[in-house]
Amino acid sequence: MAETVQMEDQVKYQTVAPAKSLSYASRVKRSYRQIKVESAFKVALVSMGIFMVVLVFGIFLTLVIGSSQSIKTFGISFLWGKKWDAVNDVYGAWPFLAGTLLTSFLALFISIPFSIAVAIFLGEYFPKGWFSELLKNTIELIAAVPSVIYGLWGFLVLVPFVRTIEIKLGIQQQQGWGIFTASLILAVMIIPYAASLGRSVIQMVPSALKEAAYSLGATRWEVIKNVVIPYTKSGLFAGILLSLGRALGETMAVTMLIGNSNDIPKSIFATGNTMASAIALFFGEANDIRRSSLIELGLVLFVITMIINMLGKRVIKRFTN
Amino acid sequence: MESTIVKSVDYNAYFGDNRVVKNVNIEIPRNTVIAVMGPSGCGKTTFLRGINRMHELIPNATAKGKILLNNEDVMEMHPIFVRLKIGMVFQRPNPFPNLSIYDNVIAGYKLNGIKLPKAEKDKIVEESLTKVALWKEVKDSLTKKGSFLSGGQQQRLCIARAVAMAPEVLLFDEPTSALDPISTSTVEELFHELKKNYTLIIVTHNMQQAARVSDRTAFFYMGELVEYDETKRMFTNPRDKRTQNYITGRFS
Amino acid sequence: MESSNIKYRIAKSRGAQIITTVLAFSIVLPLIFILLFIIKSGIQHVNWHFLVNVYKPEGEPNPGIGHALLGTILIVVTASIIAIPIGILCGVYLSENKTSKLAYWSSLCVDVLQGVPSIVIGIVIFAWLHQRFGYFALAGSFALGIMMLPIIIRSTEETLKLLPDTLKEAGFALGMPFHRVILKVILPCGISGILSGVMLSVARVSGETAPLLFTAGVSHYLSSNVFKGPMQSLPLLIYDYYSLPSRETDPNSFINQAWGASVILLVFVLLLNISTKLITRKWKVQL
Repeated sequence: MAETVQMEDQVKYQTVAPAKSLSYASRVKRSYRQIKVESAFKVALVSMGIFMVVLVFGIFLTLVIGSSQSIKTFGISFLWGKKWDAVNDVYGAWPFLAGTLLTSFLALFISIPFSIAVAIFLGEYFPKGWFSELLKNTIELIAAVPSVIYGLWGFLVLVPFVRTIEIKLGIQQQQGWGIFTASLILAVMIIPYAASLGRSVIQMVPSALKEAAYSLGATRWEVIKNVVIPYTKSGLFAGILLSLGRALGETMAVTMLIGNSNDIPKSIFATGNTMASAIALFFGEANDIRRSSLIELGLVLFVITMIINMLGKRVIKRFTN
Repeated sequence: MESTIVKSVDYNAYFGDNRVVKNVNIEIPRNTVIAVMGPSGCGKTTFLRGINRMHELIPNATAKGKILLNNEDVMEMHPIFVRLKIGMVFQRPNPFPNLSIYDNVIAGYKLNGIKLPKAEKDKIVEESLTKVALWKEVKDSLTKKGSFLSGGQQQRLCIARAVAMAPEVLLFDEPTSALDPISTSTVEELFHELKKNYTLIIVTHNMQQAARVSDRTAFFYMGELVEYDETKRMFTNPRDKRTQNYITGRFS
Repeated sequence: MESSNIKYRIAKSRGAQIITTVLAFSIVLPLIFILLFIIKSGIQHVNWHFLVNVYKPEGEPNPGIGHALLGTILIVVTASIIAIPIGILCGVYLSENKTSKLAYWSSLCVDVLQGVPSIVIGIVIFAWLHQRFGYFALAGSFALGIMMLPIIIRSTEETLKLLPDTLKEAGFALGMPFHRVILKVILPCGISGILSGVMLSVARVSGETAPLLFTAGVSHYLSSNVFKGPMQSLPLLIYDYYSLPSRETDPNSFINQAWGASVILLVFVLLLNISTKLITRKWKVQL
């Protein structure tokens, strides 16, 4: 502090004479306080970074510990165990794993043509103007509709609709609930998401590339087919992966529409359960080994979605760079 | 006799292992304008940013040696104290876009949480803006955002912002390189005025500017301080071959 | 020959455009129809009693969703209080430290967290808290807060990365300490992007059902204590009423209430989304 007093002499060189409250010495005093806050703030920032790592590892560890009983009892064969039998306490994940994969991929299959069409329409044919803005915003709004509301809508509209299809196809047990219904609602839910991702990817194509093709006499469709699609291939793929990740973990709408049975689905019109819907339905009143098995389902879901999301994010990062 | 205000002793600056400023020793007298020039990549900006410890903000950047401000080593002080006494103006005007012109001038107080009576704030704003010859132009639009001004006005606003903190030294990092010729000459005229109260250190790649505004010129080359002398002497009779080559335009 | 080939190519291009347009509209129009359908089916069940009254057993007049409305608001507000500061600070951390190892792992974890299915977060919070505390609203807020984090963190980080370094330098050159540069300069300049992330995250979790199933739980009673006892929320009420088995006197009584609740929830989420767009445009700081 001795040095700072010496500093005060310099103040008289200024013409904007600092008032008493701003004398250098008082500013120094303030600043010592500030320096303490500054280092506390830096510590806080770093601890936030640590917190995220701890949180995610904590989630993972909790799932592992929670499912340890099930892992010990059933081992790795839990994954392809064909029965989920609450009476005899024998649990295998295959019915739900199959249900999850079936609904998700069916939904993806249904949604891809539509989401790519919307993406091309908004990204290439009508990238600007009020109409495209309106459409874009509407799609974003639709993506925001809560899952449980889609479930309720599906129950009232989709289920009778699928039932009529089933009657026309002459399928036994026409109930309207089942894998197909769940896939339809999943498709409806992921189209807005996939389309928004696809649109942003398509808009990233440098116009110089497209202009080069146009200057060689290419038609619009040829530009899309030979320039836009090849350029955005990896980005579109990432979009599909991320949509798949969403579909796999989607819970409520699926739970409300899939029919909730523990059998391995025999056809796409059969009833079933996904891993997420099984957890939602049974976890509340499950105990011991049953609860542990359900947590292991959660662990499987966690790992699968993590791999798919990481892959998607990796691809999209490489694409945008 | 004029006294020394800033003095560097064996100052070295690094980016990682790369030494970009090498053993610089310089004495800067109070109330003068010092031009620091040299070809791009010669370390002149790095040296300037070293004076108020801005250099260390860049990741991996380190510095050794002493920089004395009134015989006190700034390398030993906390950067906050250093920067309160040594103001800085940057290459591109950077007023705070979320603040009004008025608040931009007293940003150093406002954003540092120093409460001032309204009258005092008004006084600081008016005096600072007058010093940079901006008061007449903006006195009726003080509540508008800083980004509303033209480039040259923005740069003068940034100078006013630094002046308002009542520093002893003002650092300028190529202050006119982003400005048009008319704004440039307005800013250059300011230097003459500001010199009465402050010590100005100006990095420039523009030799004419160095010749026009400065009392003394320092020539940097490859990280070294090659020559430091009175501006007139250096431009008419450079001692070092490298300075001569630079001034005569053999390399840039 | 030449010209007929060109005609064919042009026709093909037109055809492709028509097919794309038809495909795009054949999905967008039904989606809009779904929105309108939900609003139309629900709006007739909404009135003042419906908003302020609470659950009534079947047959009693004027049942309402007041308990769920209050519950959703309390749970989401609590979740925001928890998640917003953590999310923004973590976003600042990630944008300020691009090279450190911790930042790399932290950023990776944010990516992972973003993909974790909501039901999984629900059972993890259950495992952490249920044994000690049973069902209580704060547990639901924790679950929702964790889901908000990645959205807030990413939007903060992306926004701050777009701000020029010169802004920060201007602050430092005035002798501002690091925390003031961040809090007084950087965050205010990025306010619109950060705010939009926060609002979108609120909109996103307001409709979440799965994470609340085993945390905040289902309740038919009005409760305002987030620390104790289960608390009803709009999404759970919809799910609960959908699956209530007894429908003797009026088969649609509970389903109709679920529709009404859906409209309230939907309007809330949509309004939040729309106002995000408007507010962020208005608050955008011109650089």
